[in-house]
Amino acid sequence: MRLEPRAGERIDRSKPITFRFDGWQTTGFEGDTIASAAFAAGKRVFSRSFKYHRPRGLLCCSGHCPNCMMTVDGVPNVRTCVEPLRDGVDAKPQNVRGGLDFDLMSVTDKIGGPFTPAGFYYRTFIRPRAFWPLYEKFLRSAAGLGKLDPHAGHSRRYDTEHRKARLLVVGAGEAGQKAARVAAADGPGVVVVDEDARLAGLRLDGVEVLAPARALGIWEGGLVPVDAGTTLYRFRAEQIVVATGATEQPVVFSGNDLVGVMLPTGVRSLIRDFAIKPGERAVVMGADDDALAVADDLRDAGVEVVHELDLRASTPRDLVAEGRKGRVRAVHLDGHQIDCDLIVASGGRQPNYSLLAQAGARIEYARQLGVFVPTKLPAGVEAVGSVTGDGLAPIAPAPAYAGKGKCFVCVCEDVTTKDLKRAIGEGFDSIELAKRYTTATMGPCQGKLCHLGSIRYYAHETRLHETDIGTTTARPPWAPVELGLLAGRELTPTRRTSIHWRHEEAGATIQWAGPWKRPYAYSDKPEVEVRAVHESLGVIDVSTLGKLLVEGPEAVALLERLYPNRFGDMKPGRIRYGVLTSDGGRIMDDGTVARLADDLFYVTTTSTGADAVTAWFEWWNAVWGYEAEIVNVTGALAAVNLAGPQAREALGRLVEDPEDVSSEGFKYLDAKQLEVAGVPTLALRIGFVGELGYELHFPSPAGEHLWDALVGVGARPFGLEPQRILRLEKGHVIVGQDTDSESNLDSAAMAWLPKMDKDDFVGKYALEHFRQREEKERLVGFTMEEDVVPAEGAQIVIEGYPAGRITSARRSDAVGKVIGLAWVPTDRSEPGTRFEIRVDRQLRGARVTHGAFYDPTGGRMRS
Amino acid sequence: MSFFLSCPFCGPRPVDEFAFFGEVTNRPPGSPTLRELTDYVYFRDNVAGVQREWWQHRTGCGEWFLAERDTRTNEVLQIELPSPARKRA
Repeated sequence: MRLEPRAGERIDRSKPITFRFDGWQTTGFEGDTIASAAFAAGKRVFSRSFKYHRPRGLLCCSGHCPNCMMTVDGVPNVRTCVEPLRDGVDAKPQNVRGGLDFDLMSVTDKIGGPFTPAGFYYRTFIRPRAFWPLYEKFLRSAAGLGKLDPHAGHSRRYDTEHRKARLLVVGAGEAGQKAARVAAADGPGVVVVDEDARLAGLRLDGVEVLAPARALGIWEGGLVPVDAGTTLYRFRAEQIVVATGATEQPVVFSGNDLVGVMLPTGVRSLIRDFAIKPGERAVVMGADDDALAVADDLRDAGVEVVHELDLRASTPRDLVAEGRKGRVRAVHLDGHQIDCDLIVASGGRQPNYSLLAQAGARIEYARQLGVFVPTKLPAGVEAVGSVTGDGLAPIAPAPAYAGKGKCFVCVCEDVTTKDLKRAIGEGFDSIELAKRYTTATMGPCQGKLCHLGSIRYYAHETRLHETDIGTTTARPPWAPVELGLLAGRELTPTRRTSIHWRHEEAGATIQWAGPWKRPYAYSDKPEVEVRAVHESLGVIDVSTLGKLLVEGPEAVALLERLYPNRFGDMKPGRIRYGVLTSDGGRIMDDGTVARLADDLFYVTTTSTGADAVTAWFEWWNAVWGYEAEIVNVTGALAAVNLAGPQAREALGRLVEDPEDVSSEGFKYLDAKQLEVAGVPTLALRIGFVGELGYELHFPSPAGEHLWDALVGVGARPFGLEPQRILRLEKGHVIVGQDTDSESNLDSAAMAWLPKMDKDDFVGKYALEHFRQREEKERLVGFTMEEDVVPAEGAQIVIEGYPAGRITSARRSDAVGKVIGLAWVPTDRSEPGTRFEIRVDRQLRGARVTHGAFYDPTGGRMRS
Repeated sequence: MSFFLSCPFCGPRPVDEFAFFGEVTNRPPGSPTLRELTDYVYFRDNVAGVQREWWQHRTGCGEWFLAERDTRTNEVLQIELPSPARKRA
């Protein structure tokens, strides 16, 4: 099928390439696209259409239409007409059951006529309701084009490059090149992008040429993302010149989607670029000299041109393409039958104004040309060449839209003139509504080949003028783009503490905790680690806690106003538990506040709240302007919690003078600077886990050293899960798990905390108003009557109705029961009240408790 | 949104470096009524036009500042550092 070698061909006949196409092994040459090689090897059907599963062949050969889309090496919806042929490539058809030449789903074309008009699914598959799961299963498998492999993972690496340009030219045609050359004379910074791979070798003095690369849109600030395959260039351009040209429009007639109906550009590309004879007997029709001149190319390639029709001179009353097995075999033209296997047809060219419309240009109908052109360009954006309508011939008058077969307006979505007519009849009389109802112009070509056609058919049918119909909104991206390219590389860093590798070495199960990787437990028996803390000594890495220094003469005033707590009466060296609320009175975060000096406070936050709390503090201080500085030292400091009855004795072995940590010298809620195993440490005597404990904060680089020292004096590492059990035994809440955006201090059982006699604090006035009404729900503890652990989020059922939810639940060996926290209606929140929880479809009894489950007086913690 | 915003310290930078904290609100002084408080906590003017709003150069220098921006065009008319009106009793 290849012609004799010809000047200008892109293929290198000395380099054959073997590949697979629809299961067949065949060969092409270097320089071929997948589609050109397959066409040369005799393949004519490349895909099956979206709805009717009609066979489709090459149409535009420019990467616009959906006809050549296949799954290439697992990547769906690849346009094989522009995808370079590579050795061993495997191109598989999509949207078929069976094969390209015999598709079981093509039955929808034969019998589907009355069943598949626009809106059919919406109207039909809603009754009877009970059948929906069945409908859905079928529709989901029938809908869409290519299939994504959900388990595929990253197939390629994508990068984003941030670039600047003084002048960015989109389109390297005649006008674009000229604009670039002129601008390059004024200095550097000129970049030209074009989607055509044939321009990859283009050299322009002083101009950077990127091809194939496609501008996806124009955003404010001169932002133009350019798709260059696996690199996304984010250009910021001072000036943008749009020279995107104009695209040939298919002629709408009966049978216009048959295999063998092509656009002149496509035919020319097959002949000139790939030396392929596109058919034997051709009919050519066009509305401008350029389109009609394709007849010369055809004759040159040895194709018999049996008829030439100048659509400017006459508009056929009757134009029907007749096919057999989906391929053109004849055309009926005003009563004459002309046998042929190729129809090359173009109705004229429509400017590619999409990028300009996105940038804010107005799109108007040019009466003389019969196409839509951009006007009123925004500042910083220019248009040159045929995209402005310059040099275009008037579009061909619409043919009769008649005939027994289907006239396709939109080949992507299989929308025919009948569908549009029906939509108009049903009252979708605005083009925007009709677009959504019929989905015309919403397919892979994004309207490049069907936008004008659908508006013109609309005008024909409603007898309105195109000017009054207007266009639909052009939105980015103007061409399909791989999601991987938009996502780019995964560049979110994983946060690990400075002690992390000790946990890995100890065989801990590591899990995600927000942005952090943390040990879940060091064996599959978290309860063993719990027991170690209760009976002897445990240590947990809590470096993930947010840590802030607040310093300055007015630091105390700032904190007093941020927190409901009071800190003014706190002596240096003391610690208080603090909760942050919003002005809406809702709980935001919690932690401890230690006063290190009169003007220096050390604040801890939850592990996930560090950044938000820092921003919150800084913002309020921008509003108030207290003389205080806030420094986030979360990453700079590591922290561990040493807890258990032996904690004092063990810590005493690591400090110079054991008296420093005696029960008299270092009391509960004291903060103290100590040297632990030679490391300068801020020690806080606080307890999240209900035993005697010390939270040690120290420079991150000493993490492993201090950890080793603590393990060396007998501390058993414990992970997050044992910590969750231990804190639940004490009834301590985890903000964000046991509280949500509705929780306030009263309802979350912390009514003792806010100091309402302060003049002001964030959330005070909301709390005052809350106190004038009854809270609907309260956070309480509960114990299960049976030994079952309800899921977190499980429903509380009272008298058959859902009435609350479980936020935490664990089995506690120390308590001897399953315990948890739950939100219950206020009138059910008294201790001892029984309620039921749905666990695995059964109702299980539970009773309300208040306070800690374990060591309710806190004697062990304070010992 | 891809406009440029000028940080008072770092100069014009792409807007994705900044965190938006909404329009400038007036925290009611004294003991507000429930209506005043609800208005302040939950209601926003959401103007189509020039709006005074809070921004932070989150991934840059971290500074909080105020901007006057036309919400229809994203044109930033003015930026300024806050001049805190301290309210202490």
